[in-house]
Amino acid sequence: MQEFKVPELGENVEQGDVTRLLVKVGDTIAKDQPVVELETDKATIEVPSSVAGTVKEIKVKAGDKVKVGAVILTVDENGAGAPAPKQEAKPKQEEKAPEKVVSMPKRDSAPAPAPEPPPPAQPVQAKARPTEGAAAPASPSVRRLAREIGVDINDVQGTGPGGRISDEDVKEQARRILSSVGTAAARPAGAPAATVPLPDFAKWGPVDRQPMTNIRRKTAEHLSHAWNTIPHVTQCDKADITPMEELRSKFRKQVEQAGGNLTVTAVLVKVLAAAVKQFPQFNASLDEANGAIVYKKYVNVGVAVDTEFGLLVPVIRNADQKNITQIAIEMHQLSEKARSKKLTLEEMSGGGISISNLGGIGGTYFTPIVNWPEVALLGVSRGIIEPVWRDGKFEPRQLLPLSLSYDHRVIDGADAMRFLRWVVQAIEQPFLLSLLG
Amino acid sequence: MARESTQLAVLGAGPGGYAAAFYAADLGMQVALVDMEKNPGGVCLYRGCIPSKALLHVAKVIDESRHASAWGVTFSDPKIDLDKLRAFKQGVVDKLTSGVGQVGRMRKVKFIQGRATLTGPKSMTIAGADGDSELAFEHCILATGSSPTRIPSLSLDSPRMMDSTSGLDLPDVPQSLLVIGGGYIGLELGTVYATLGSKVSVVEMTGGLLPGADRDLVNVLQKRLDKLFTRIMVNTKVVKVADGGRGIEVTLEGDTSGQQLFDRVLVAVGRRPNSKIPGLEKTAVKIDQKGFIETDAQRRTSEPTMFAIGDVAGEPMLAHKASHEARVAVEAILGRKAVFAPLAIPAVVFTDPEIAWAGLTEAQAQADGRDIEVAKFPWGASGRAISIDRVDGLTKLVLDKKTGRILGVGIAGTGAGELISEGVLAIEMGATAEDMRLTIHPHPTLSETLMESAEVFFGQSTHVYKPKRNQAAHPESSR
Repeated sequence: MQEFKVPELGENVEQGDVTRLLVKVGDTIAKDQPVVELETDKATIEVPSSVAGTVKEIKVKAGDKVKVGAVILTVDENGAGAPAPKQEAKPKQEEKAPEKVVSMPKRDSAPAPAPEPPPPAQPVQAKARPTEGAAAPASPSVRRLAREIGVDINDVQGTGPGGRISDEDVKEQARRILSSVGTAAARPAGAPAATVPLPDFAKWGPVDRQPMTNIRRKTAEHLSHAWNTIPHVTQCDKADITPMEELRSKFRKQVEQAGGNLTVTAVLVKVLAAAVKQFPQFNASLDEANGAIVYKKYVNVGVAVDTEFGLLVPVIRNADQKNITQIAIEMHQLSEKARSKKLTLEEMSGGGISISNLGGIGGTYFTPIVNWPEVALLGVSRGIIEPVWRDGKFEPRQLLPLSLSYDHRVIDGADAMRFLRWVVQAIEQPFLLSLLG
Repeated sequence: MARESTQLAVLGAGPGGYAAAFYAADLGMQVALVDMEKNPGGVCLYRGCIPSKALLHVAKVIDESRHASAWGVTFSDPKIDLDKLRAFKQGVVDKLTSGVGQVGRMRKVKFIQGRATLTGPKSMTIAGADGDSELAFEHCILATGSSPTRIPSLSLDSPRMMDSTSGLDLPDVPQSLLVIGGGYIGLELGTVYATLGSKVSVVEMTGGLLPGADRDLVNVLQKRLDKLFTRIMVNTKVVKVADGGRGIEVTLEGDTSGQQLFDRVLVAVGRRPNSKIPGLEKTAVKIDQKGFIETDAQRRTSEPTMFAIGDVAGEPMLAHKASHEARVAVEAILGRKAVFAPLAIPAVVFTDPEIAWAGLTEAQAQADGRDIEVAKFPWGASGRAISIDRVDGLTKLVLDKKTGRILGVGIAGTGAGELISEGVLAIEMGATAEDMRLTIHPHPTLSETLMESAEVFFGQSTHVYKPKRNQAAHPESSR
């Protein structure tokens, strides 16, 4: 065992105050490693050790006055003896080597002075930023810029030394938010896109101001988000439903007796359920944050229902496992619930693809908005009788206009056309449903 | 009763209040500034920062003239004309307060001298020097400041008892003076009296002077104070004061105990916010447990038309904090997205030597378990410090270990209060030790100690040799 004493500190310097201990009991120290910080009349000095080994005992503590020649600490040169207790010996270690701990020479009864910086009491958080726990390294003017344009300075990646954030870094972050996430993410969903003030409409005539209903507000939020997030494309096609209409009137009664209504929509739910099995990217969602596409192994089809309170979209679950009659019955029940405000949130969530049928009202084509987080929606208009050139002559056929909107990030245009053609053919030749669906 | 209305009413004309009023006027608002004094200025100009600095300047001259014998220049003992000294101090105060009043008038800020009582969130009445009036406002900034804390056990109706206000009046130079409270006010005033000839003792309840400051900085000051003051008693509480006719009998308990007799006693145990504003209960303004008015980051109170800044709105109770909050509050009223979010508010103790610090202290970093490194430069190695015979100084940087970013700066030594500003700018700018050391500092100045501290971080200070430690900790030690 060796002692390390306060060495000569300099001309006319006989003593110093211990300001900091740089090692603790149990540390292995090397020669010339600073072990204690002394403040003398002339300067604050980190005193390097003249000995090497494991620190056994520290004889001074912060605040002590020490003279040249006083013992600062003792070391065990070869590391033999008691296993170096890391901090304070834990009861378990004491049990293992009781004699040695007890027989350790002690100058006084006081416990070994605690090494000066206590270990942090709080768990240290994950190192996310260069300067943990500190405010973002940006100058006051840059912080003000960020605040004014609505960028959280703590989210900005600084490119300067020490991660310092420049005004360019803030602008880059703003551009990133605007371009990749879309404006929807930069502001709360449903918040007005621009704060341009409205004109005073009453100037031109009487107006009536009505607060938005809850459903209206939710619809507005949801559709703004979908519109702002999804790059929409709509493709159109026509399906010859003449044979389907014949079958529909033939079996209408039968379904009615079972408690359903054999509508075009009910058939189309079944067609879509079969189609997404052939084209799984139409029953998917984009996980943008993690750069992934989520393909759903279940087939749930949403059906937009027009009610007096607004638009609701109940979902037919596992539509691929149900026959058209079952679907028709379920749709009937869900529509009733929707119109009497009894739909639960559960019944309106979890859709994979949706249908919006405006055929009951009229129109030809339209450009529906995809029901996010779904990636496709089939818009249906009114079937009209048109002359169709068949076998060398015009024939009156009933054609159903279809408008397929989709998320172009997930679905390519050619695939969308293939999908829509598949749907059209399945409508025209119901046999396909049994063959492939 | 006269009735008036204004866009902005500012209650209290200290460095927070008048800064707010002037800035609002500069931005085009119609402003009324209400205070009980004849001119704007508040505690800072009338009874705080400014008069104390005038006296401390005189103290320093006396001290240096005494020390000059060590350089071969001997002056005879100073003769102190207290009336003239008081007149000098008063002249400083008058000049500044009337000057501030003048620039207020030039800005067309309506200054109303009187005592205000709020009558609601948009109105107040003022019992003024020129009669009572009613003032309606759209917005109000409460900047009512703070007053010396009074402790019942130390409240004694005796001319021998002083607080910081009466202490600055310099009634006489007592033979012996006890300063209760080892904070900056007690030490500054104690320095003045000790230099003028009083035997000054200081009693502090906690374990050291200037709680909150890093010990290594305080140690630099304490070495000098140990000589200047008769006695410094820490971990000691004053339990009783009584006027025994010949002086104040003080009963102490703690590390030092027993009875002692002093000609005068100065109570400087802190300050409390002036939040008991008459009529405040007629608004939605909320006050926290410590008596501060609660505000958000814009300094808006729970009453949307009212803001609070300065001492009454929270720690630290410093003039320069107040004047910055003033600008934030005014901009918030004008709908700008300003918030009060400084990285560092400098603190300065104007003793001799001065102590100044800003940002993260070493003690705080240790308490938080932050991974920091401290780089120190002792003034014994500064050419300037040696040439003015003031090597009792220390400059230190608290740095992020990985990035070398400057998180805190501490300086003890003559002129530390002026030197700290560079540190504050460095912290606010997110500067690194690399930036600091690559910035050329003029030679020979004390400001070089900041640059050299940065070099100490890299183990490459010209004037301090420090054995190399693990250089891997400094990823970009040379570039």
